[in-house]
Amino acid sequence: MNSITNNEKGLMAWINKRLPVTQFVKDHLTEYYAPKNFNFWYFFGSLALLVLVNQILTGIWLTMHYKPDGAQAFGMVEYIMRDVPWGWLIRYLHSTGASAFFVVIYLHMFRGLLYGSYKNPREMVWIFGMIIYLALMAEAFMGYVLPWGNMSYWGAKVITQLFGAVPFVGDALVEWVRGDYLISDATLNRFFALHVVALPLAIVALVVLHIAALHTVGSNNPEGVDIKKHKDESGKPLDGIPFHPYYTVKDIFGVGCFLLIFLFIVFVKPDFGGLFLEHDNYVPADPSVTPALIKPVWYFTPFYAMLRAVPDLQMGALVMLLAIVVLFFLPWLDRSPVKSIRYRRWPFKVALGLFAVSFCFLGWLGMQAATETYKMMAQLFTVYYFGFFIWLFLYSRNEKYHQVPERIEH
Amino acid sequence: MKKIVLMLLSLVATAAWSAGDSFVNEKAHNNIRSMDSLRRGAQTFVNYCMGCHSMNFQRYNRVAKDLGITEEEMMDSLVLTDARFTDKMEIVMTKEQGDQWFGKAGPDLSVIAKARGVDWLFSYLMNFYQDDKQANGWNNLTLPNAAMPHVLWEMQGVRKAHFEEVTDEKGAKHKEFKSFDQVTEGTMTDTEYRDLVRDLVNFLDYSSEPARLIRLSYAPWVLLFVSVFTFLAYLLKANYFRDVH
Amino acid sequence: MTESVNKSRRNLLLSTSAVGVVGAGFAAVPFLKSWLPSERAKAAGGPVKADISKIEPGQMINILWRGQPVFIVNRTDEQIGVLESLNDRLKDPQSESAIEPEYVGNIYRSRKENLFVVIGICTHLGCSPKFYPDLVPQQFDSEWKGGFFCPCHSSRFDISGRVFSGSPASRNLDVPPYMFLDDNTIVIGLDQEKA
Repeated sequence: MNSITNNEKGLMAWINKRLPVTQFVKDHLTEYYAPKNFNFWYFFGSLALLVLVNQILTGIWLTMHYKPDGAQAFGMVEYIMRDVPWGWLIRYLHSTGASAFFVVIYLHMFRGLLYGSYKNPREMVWIFGMIIYLALMAEAFMGYVLPWGNMSYWGAKVITQLFGAVPFVGDALVEWVRGDYLISDATLNRFFALHVVALPLAIVALVVLHIAALHTVGSNNPEGVDIKKHKDESGKPLDGIPFHPYYTVKDIFGVGCFLLIFLFIVFVKPDFGGLFLEHDNYVPADPSVTPALIKPVWYFTPFYAMLRAVPDLQMGALVMLLAIVVLFFLPWLDRSPVKSIRYRRWPFKVALGLFAVSFCFLGWLGMQAATETYKMMAQLFTVYYFGFFIWLFLYSRNEKYHQVPERIEH
Repeated sequence: MKKIVLMLLSLVATAAWSAGDSFVNEKAHNNIRSMDSLRRGAQTFVNYCMGCHSMNFQRYNRVAKDLGITEEEMMDSLVLTDARFTDKMEIVMTKEQGDQWFGKAGPDLSVIAKARGVDWLFSYLMNFYQDDKQANGWNNLTLPNAAMPHVLWEMQGVRKAHFEEVTDEKGAKHKEFKSFDQVTEGTMTDTEYRDLVRDLVNFLDYSSEPARLIRLSYAPWVLLFVSVFTFLAYLLKANYFRDVH
Repeated sequence: MTESVNKSRRNLLLSTSAVGVVGAGFAAVPFLKSWLPSERAKAAGGPVKADISKIEPGQMINILWRGQPVFIVNRTDEQIGVLESLNDRLKDPQSESAIEPEYVGNIYRSRKENLFVVIGICTHLGCSPKFYPDLVPQQFDSEWKGGFFCPCHSSRFDISGRVFSGSPASRNLDVPPYMFLDDNTIVIGLDQEKA
């Protein structure tokens, strides 16, 4: 370290003595060695960061034109869409960005499941990721309330009602969360504050921790082998390549692919057939008229389906909560020493495949009106969802697997 | 990746319309790129709808600009109140007055096409029929017991709906719509009336998002630009990864 | 690594970055433009009408246009008469660097000689000057011939809004676009047939 700073001259040397910029760039980019075999699943981390930046930028600009006032909020969105120059684009970038965030995050998480990225030594990476996911759900939910359409209103009502499931203090808690006897201006105002200040701050801080934890232990890869086991004389992993320039260049290509899809939706189909911007949310909030079918936006529907699958509100809320909590324990539920799905046998492959399918089906069911058949299907998939984790805990203890290679061979 | 795309597409298809049990039997087939249709629709809207319905988020000058109408034409034929050219398309009637006079005030129509969909609107305006049981003498197949009377009846003429009693699998009896019986002729033929309604729905569709025409006109250029960028980025990435074996 | 790989890599780096920078430039435009006055602001800042038939000679009315005071003064012949004689004491007597429509380019700075229309905002730091119409010595000027005096930093203007030498303001008061609809009605903010 000393030899580096001594060789430098001029401005960078001056700065480095006071703030180790060069060292930071080396640690995290030019001399952060990532496995050389990343496939397309590894795009989604950098894409999540891109979407986060998009949400923060467009969010700041929307805040410039929006007022969190129950009497004006619905009109403010239309004001942005019509009267503010280019407001429509900024708003669609934000609304499409919200859905894109969850698409990217779900794929990012599934990558973790495929290649065992949550396992020793990356448990902290996984747990910070899960906290980000939770914060993101809160952020998205409160953001959805701000346009003050009828679905915003009734969605907020149904979700805040869940606090009523807390034993003893439930009803008081609901009132406290809403700041009124119903969803009102007070609720809108506090959700606005949380959505634009508190939660974004928390998410950015958590992302820093997520990446810091990752860079401490190093990235996993599709083979699930540890590249740090085999280093050359200078201490560089033989199967690693510096993140910059190799993965910055590759991620820029990923960004291009992502933008093609993302901007297509923004410019051609921003409502996405009522999936990203729901039809009922073009009706102003009305406490006296419930929409025919209340459902959250698509990214919450798997959990919503679980909630509705249980006939009892308290139990339903508990099941929904557990569905998320169980993910936190994944690093300890999966006891297999093998990380990547490539070297695990068919029972795991089939079980994980069905897990993904059942999660998607739950998402679909959460959007439908609850008929008896759908309810039974939702119950079935909910049982499978939890069954997967129990099965994994038991199965992975003495799992048979293929021989994992020592190094990445290509 | 393909699986995910397919899954998303199927989700879109099923989520598209779940508006409940309203009777939507017609397709609007409107074209927001047709300026003539939009101008006729705007005129119909101003003449027949703006008595009771506001369009509080739409401005006269925006309509003029987007539809290629001059300020003189606009002020002469489309601004029927004492509004200024730059004003929003508001009405004098308040919500309280509307509630009092009609039982339920007509909703603001700025974004109604986003909320209901064009096919619903088209069907609704096609499906009025005379019904003596209703306070205002009219009923509607798409929105039963609607508070709104048939404002366009002179053009469509007066019709009665013919229902037949049917028994479903569970043995419950209910009425099922069979056909309309024309009582008196309207001033328009069926085709002319459909065109009138289509133009009106077209104007409502445009008004629900005036930026849509601009947005769509940018789309190909934006995507072309990003494609070029992505192609170059791919070549660059491929070049770098020649080092990696 | 061969020479040709190096060269093509450099070309690709340059072209990808160039396209990326241009793209970022395009992306910045909507964000910057969204700060321009919205349609709502434009509608609120539209032309305003005023009745000028009730302004007595020597009197002034004050109306708001785009949220700024606009002074409309019905000048007396005496007030107009002294304008020529003040030229030597002014910074810009011919209003060469003034912000005003072309059609007011004379020492009267108005469409009609007696009727003076001006934005009542001091060109120094934006206070609104006070109207001192009488041709009598004032505390701030012993040879006062009628005009406007800014209480904030003592800028002095004559009854054509021209700034006196020795004032902190450097530019004459701005004249907005305006036109007469008929003998009694003026429109501020509009000067064509119809905009």
